[in-house]
Amino acid sequence: MSLRRKRGAGDSEETGAALNGFRGVRGGGATATFVPSQAAIIRSLVTQIAELVGSEPGPGEPGPGEQGLGGPGLIEDAFTGRAPDRPGPGPGSPGPGSTGPGSTGTGLGGTDRPPDPLDDLARLLGQTGPATPPDDPVLARLLPDAYPDDIEAAGDFRRFTEQELRNGKAAAARTVLATLPEEGGRVRLSEEEGQVWLRALNDVRLALGVRLSITEDFEARAADLDPADPRSAYIWVYDWLTFLQETLVHALW
Amino acid sequence: MSVAPAEVERPETDQEVVPDTPWITIVWNDPVNLMSYVTYVFQQVFGYSKRKAEKLMLDVHHKGRAVVSSGTRESMERDVEVLHGYGLWATVSHDK
Repeated sequence: MSLRRKRGAGDSEETGAALNGFRGVRGGGATATFVPSQAAIIRSLVTQIAELVGSEPGPGEPGPGEQGLGGPGLIEDAFTGRAPDRPGPGPGSPGPGSTGPGSTGTGLGGTDRPPDPLDDLARLLGQTGPATPPDDPVLARLLPDAYPDDIEAAGDFRRFTEQELRNGKAAAARTVLATLPEEGGRVRLSEEEGQVWLRALNDVRLALGVRLSITEDFEARAADLDPADPRSAYIWVYDWLTFLQETLVHALW
Repeated sequence: MSVAPAEVERPETDQEVVPDTPWITIVWNDPVNLMSYVTYVFQQVFGYSKRKAEKLMLDVHHKGRAVVSSGTRESMERDVEVLHGYGLWATVSHDK
């Protein structure tokens, strides 16, 4: 897990009002002010999450949206104006931490599984999605396996819950888009909207975390990163979103 | 407009989570989820006190994982589904 320190990479470089992040408001909820470029970054990223989870791939085959986030230009319009090289998950980055069950890493229940006739039946009934984890490591992190040691149970669980999970994440992204004007400005969130924002910001951070191979010592690594490295821009965004989420948690608490 | 994961109705308690029933929900450590957010989610989802939620969060952080709830298989699957909605890395296990 990560602990956001008071100040980190990027704080001093941004002069926007959202430097202060979210704060609580009387009667519940939270408020923050964004300059247009900040609003554009957030809107771009949550839109990509919505597109990423919006596709429903068939069993064992990647959907059209699975290369979305971090593929051709993670935040190219809002931030760099062009697509940087994709950092890609390196061999030393087995997804979210290395202490876990490895369910989001390689292999376990992956795509070697033969097609399951139950998949076709369930799809025919309109109940569900695939039984195997997504190939894209970002999607695999957003839609993790529920059973680390039981491929069959994990498949059953996924078959009947994945679509709902995707819907919830897409809906959260849409809530952010609906409450954050393109031109920025002051955003005032109800408590419920604030909680939805928390989940949407978290999904973006999870996605960036996979693409950037974020580790618990990422602050130290970020400090060592060559400013010319294309990832440094993403690291800045990641850190800023972390700060925003942290302030939103405390605003809602 | 917004679809928040359904909260699991459960009375607040400060007692330890003792897996006296055979199914458990485990939350795994990951480098992205914030300590504050994870604590907040445990409070929201399970109705745990802040103190208990913080203890569980620290267990996840330091030990790599923690059992956050126990009960029937169905209720554990429901918990995992809700936690996945919040972006936590949760799994169901049969506590042998």
